[in-house]
Amino acid sequence: MSDYLIQQIVNGLSLGSLYALVAIGFSLIYGVIRLVNFAHGDLLMIGAFMTFGLVASDVVPWAAIPLLVLAGGFAAGGLIERIAFRSISGAPMITGFIVTLSASIAIQNLALIFLGSQPRNFNFPEVFRMRLPLGGADVALIDLVIPVVTLLCALGLTAFIRKTRVGIAIRAVAENPFAAQLMGISIGRLVFLVFGLGGALAALAGLFWAGKYGQINPLMGFLPGLKAFLATIIGGVGSLPGAIVGGYILGFSEIAFVGFLPPEYSGYRDAFVFGLLILILLVRPQGLFGEAEQERA
Amino acid sequence: MKRLQITPWQAFFVLIAAMALLVLAVDASGNGYFQTFTALMLIQVMLAVSLTMTNGFTGMFSLGHPAFMTIGAYVAILFTYPVGRKGFAMPALPETVAQIHLSLPIAALVGGLTAALLGWLIGRLVVHLQTHYLAVATLGLIIVVQTFALNLDGFTRGGRGITGVPREATLALIGFFTVLVIVLCWRIKHASVGRAMLAVRENEMAARCFGIKAIRLKVIAFVLGAGIAGFCGALLPHVVSVMSPKSFGLILAFNLVAIIVVGGQGSIIGAIFSAVLITFGSESLRQVEEATGVYGMTQVIVAVALIAFLLVRPKGLFGLKEPFVRTS
Repeated sequence: MSDYLIQQIVNGLSLGSLYALVAIGFSLIYGVIRLVNFAHGDLLMIGAFMTFGLVASDVVPWAAIPLLVLAGGFAAGGLIERIAFRSISGAPMITGFIVTLSASIAIQNLALIFLGSQPRNFNFPEVFRMRLPLGGADVALIDLVIPVVTLLCALGLTAFIRKTRVGIAIRAVAENPFAAQLMGISIGRLVFLVFGLGGALAALAGLFWAGKYGQINPLMGFLPGLKAFLATIIGGVGSLPGAIVGGYILGFSEIAFVGFLPPEYSGYRDAFVFGLLILILLVRPQGLFGEAEQERA
Repeated sequence: MKRLQITPWQAFFVLIAAMALLVLAVDASGNGYFQTFTALMLIQVMLAVSLTMTNGFTGMFSLGHPAFMTIGAYVAILFTYPVGRKGFAMPALPETVAQIHLSLPIAALVGGLTAALLGWLIGRLVVHLQTHYLAVATLGLIIVVQTFALNLDGFTRGGRGITGVPREATLALIGFFTVLVIVLCWRIKHASVGRAMLAVRENEMAARCFGIKAIRLKVIAFVLGAGIAGFCGALLPHVVSVMSPKSFGLILAFNLVAIIVVGGQGSIIGAIFSAVLITFGSESLRQVEEATGVYGMTQVIVAVALIAFLLVRPKGLFGLKEPFVRTS
């Protein structure tokens, strides 16, 4: 294998992992309340800035930062649910949709006010910026750390959803919220939990994003958020394994588009991704792995 | 108590009189800032009215207006930009096109038609999608169009943007078209085609059982909305004299949604009111923003206010109704 190919595969793996981390949250939330949370991508930005702040303040040991970011993301996700979402429960879907869109705009602009519009440079410590030789290619360590951590998170979450009582409750609500309530499941708490879990993973993706690309700004979450939603759609909205696979499919196709086409096309990267989105929505709106929903009167 | 109500014809004359008065008064004031603000407000009104038709009448949720505006704007500029400077600003333009110079109304019409054509190509596919998916697909469309505008720099000057667009969009012209758009959408709403659209919005399956061609109606609403958006997009750079790929984006899409949600999705008079209200509101906030240097505050306030508003009045100010005018 040529070293260029290896390099591209590693890039695809690491980008795909980031999309997968964000997509999991989309899917979890959609599974429980059938709503696309537009503000989800902004949690990635919040995670990135938390990392930035923690690193800059230089009081916490390195190993603790990811844990703090996870906790912070959980809190931020839960807060969005409490403030923007709880109040409109029971309203028609379109209202919920407009509310999450408003929340996203509010978060982005609050970040602009308090954090400034200038992009900031960000660097992980030396250790993570190390480059490793891999089959002739020269690979950044972070690009290997990202997929491994993502895999661990995905496995942990799957086990949580499959085995624990709370996980079973989440699945029950996804299946039939009304019947789940009759079984004594408190939907409100689960929705909070799901927003929190999704937020934690998105914030973790933000930490990695900052470390991988070295630059952060208040609007950085929007595009990755939309792309992660595309990943969710590819895998079938509401399905966890689907979200992860969708993330990797998207990551690899994006890298392939940039890496194997002549460079004058690489500017069209986002057009390609969202063209793909529209195409997939048209051909298989239920996603590659999802089942078509029946339209009922 | 008898509520104040007038007939549609009376409302039509009130609209014309009010518009004429507004245009004359603002033109006579000679205040450049005030003139620009009024022009932008009227364009906002047109956009809101057309979006309330696309989304409000049929119950779709399209965020695609900025995409069609961008297309309309760039196409119109191709024909209104001073011929002598086209070679410099748009080197990729074929010589035959570069020689053509059109007056703004015609160029804007060409822009609007181009946007409508694209709206038809995209619309006949995406109207099948459900709420979320349609919203995300049209949001994706904005990004696709912006990316092309950014990269086709032989026509658009890319990220540097086109400056020196002739300021040909007079207030009278914009006022005239605003009245036209309002009347058009009003007529549609109260004709059989509009009533059929409203039936689709209330219950698509039931409407189809009555033989209403739901998909065709949605496509019509989408294409008309796209065309008007393209037309408005074409007018805008001729007010402010600059155009760049990022001129019309997510923030604009959100503000338009905010306007029609506040107005009551489907109410034309509601959309007009709330467009005026929100444009005034955000402009005054923008003044505060500039004075205090807290950039971004306006959007935060609009977003938070919208959430609060939805809690209190989920159906907007007027819902589907047209206040003050007798419609039956």
